[in-house]
Amino acid sequence: MDCHNPITTIDVPENAKKIVLAGNPNVGKSVFFNYLTGLYVDVSNFPGTTIDISSGKFNNDVIMDTPGVYGVSSFNDEERVARDIILYADVILNIVDAVHLERDLFLTQQIIDMGKPVVVALNMMDDVKRNGLKIDIDLLSKELGVEVIPTTAIKGEGLDKVKEAISRARTGNRIKEIKEIIDKVKDNVDTESEALLLAEEDENIIARHNVKDFKGEREHIYKLRRNRVDKIVDKIITETNKDASFKIKLGRMMLKPITGIPILLAALYIMYKAIGVFVAQTVVGITEEIIMGEYYYNFIMNTVGKFFNDTTLIGQLLIGEFGLITMVPIYIFGLLLPLVVGFYFFLSLMEDSGYLPRIAALVDRALTTLGLNGRAIIPMILGFGCVTMATITTRLLGSKREKFIATMLLGLAIPCSAQLGVIMGLIAPLGLKAFIIYSATIFAVFVITGTLLNKLMPGESTDLLIDLPPLRLPKINNVLKKTYLKSVMFLKEATPLFIVGGLLITVLQYTGLLDSIASTLEPFTVGFLKLHPKVSQAFIMGIVRRDFGAAGLNDLASQGLLNGPQLIVSLVAITLFVPCIAAIMVIFKERSWQESALIYIGSFIISFLTAGILAQFIV
Amino acid sequence: MTLDSANKGQKIEIINIPDANIRVQAIRLGIYEGSKLICSEKLPAGPVILQNRMQEIAIGRNLARKIKVKLV
Repeated sequence: MDCHNPITTIDVPENAKKIVLAGNPNVGKSVFFNYLTGLYVDVSNFPGTTIDISSGKFNNDVIMDTPGVYGVSSFNDEERVARDIILYADVILNIVDAVHLERDLFLTQQIIDMGKPVVVALNMMDDVKRNGLKIDIDLLSKELGVEVIPTTAIKGEGLDKVKEAISRARTGNRIKEIKEIIDKVKDNVDTESEALLLAEEDENIIARHNVKDFKGEREHIYKLRRNRVDKIVDKIITETNKDASFKIKLGRMMLKPITGIPILLAALYIMYKAIGVFVAQTVVGITEEIIMGEYYYNFIMNTVGKFFNDTTLIGQLLIGEFGLITMVPIYIFGLLLPLVVGFYFFLSLMEDSGYLPRIAALVDRALTTLGLNGRAIIPMILGFGCVTMATITTRLLGSKREKFIATMLLGLAIPCSAQLGVIMGLIAPLGLKAFIIYSATIFAVFVITGTLLNKLMPGESTDLLIDLPPLRLPKINNVLKKTYLKSVMFLKEATPLFIVGGLLITVLQYTGLLDSIASTLEPFTVGFLKLHPKVSQAFIMGIVRRDFGAAGLNDLASQGLLNGPQLIVSLVAITLFVPCIAAIMVIFKERSWQESALIYIGSFIISFLTAGILAQFIV
Repeated sequence: MTLDSANKGQKIEIINIPDANIRVQAIRLGIYEGSKLICSEKLPAGPVILQNRMQEIAIGRNLARKIKVKLV
């Protein structure tokens, strides 16, 4: 039966049942997961996605978490991953947001239609009272045909009852007409659950089972399910008052430009103060300069340093200026890690509080002039963390056209947190004017490129259609866990590239190639960009990773080889051209090679052209 | 009339959503032909926000121009 199951990354013992947590986004699934599994949790990444799945033990069974989704289908990566886990589950624990039943019960009914044994946890019961709603839980349970347990997971209420009820999970009341459709198509696939998705025209299920000439009835089934859910909701909910709570009012304020823009600016300012000032200067001052730069560096020099002479190639490779055990760990752990952790902490806060979709709605109008819709703000913000991961998330955009524009803009004009940290450090001493010239240039390139692409590219972009989940106070445990997972992902991705970069630059330097490349480029670097010839060395470093290049500029600046305006010109160039090698590889994987080559070469041309023009004015 | 001409506070019924792909995504969020919702907010030249009880959905202005509705 499992021959079509693509989930091979999670280890399930032979007699163990697979208990799967399913629910819409932000319904508090992870609180249930942590309660049921305790400490021993595995996290595995789904190949080809940025999605991590946690799994753990519950008695002799295995519990798996899934990404939050509105239904089981294939509209995006989250849904595809959730679909594959739900499809092969033995028992589903469905977490439902009690104040959003008309949205959440659609998934519940779909899981019931699959014929899976289900227990429903009716979560956020505290919000129900607060919003003046009343829910007839017994009637809901009777209508669905499965056990429904009221919970307020965040306060721990009802969790013990859910734990107990899992063994009593049963199949619910399926919609009769949908069951008939399933029976008609069942012979094409292995299970009833697959049959339902086949009838719902899920392209992956159709492809996996090699079903030819199939005519599905997705819209018809969805409509039947919608009607059924709406009927249930009408029966079980009574509204006692209609006063909007503070959270609803705040949610509205975040949407309306007159209040939303100041709120967004305030949020960005806090982020800047926390990451750009506190982490990039105070924390990094300790981690990079003292802990790594002094203690660690001296330790290495006094141990390993005794055995190698740093004038030899091997000595240079290990402990030289760009050495594998000197520069690489110092930059990664001393400089980048604190910045990346800080960034992902804020991003997780925005995600878990429900603020992100409101930003998407707020900026929708502005992004449509760049040929994108508000949803594209998500990869853009993510890009400030790591352009590579952000490039993968461009998949959530609706058309090829948007994916290309977003990828181009990400690669070109969004500096990642690591790079931003080094840039902040370099620009801060130059004063506000330098900062404004730098940001205005990058921003102008961003807007002009997006607008031109929107004008020139054929086709049409898709429109915004996004759920605005209720605002919620994020749970600190979840935020920290997400921050941790994403930071680890970053380390795994960045470290090998820093090693490659370090090796490459050391060899180039040792063999004198670096100097000859620098002198070949001299007419260009000196003549057009008006910079010191050695800057091309930093540019070459920047091809490996932009922050690596920025670190090279850091070096040159501290040697006094660049003055203020020259530093701005070099930073503009290095920000705009190619992201790191990892991002390039992901771009080539996600887009066609023609598009990728265009992005890659285009970013070089735009970056040096912009830097050159800027140089004519300010240097 | 189309959704983009609905005003804040008005209750509307969806008459027609032309795009099949949008139709199946919207139906999961409770927006479908025949559903009655409140236009709870309208951003200047930007998205229209539709509300059904506690559920809120933002719909881009361009899409709103294509959705046929009537006041109820």
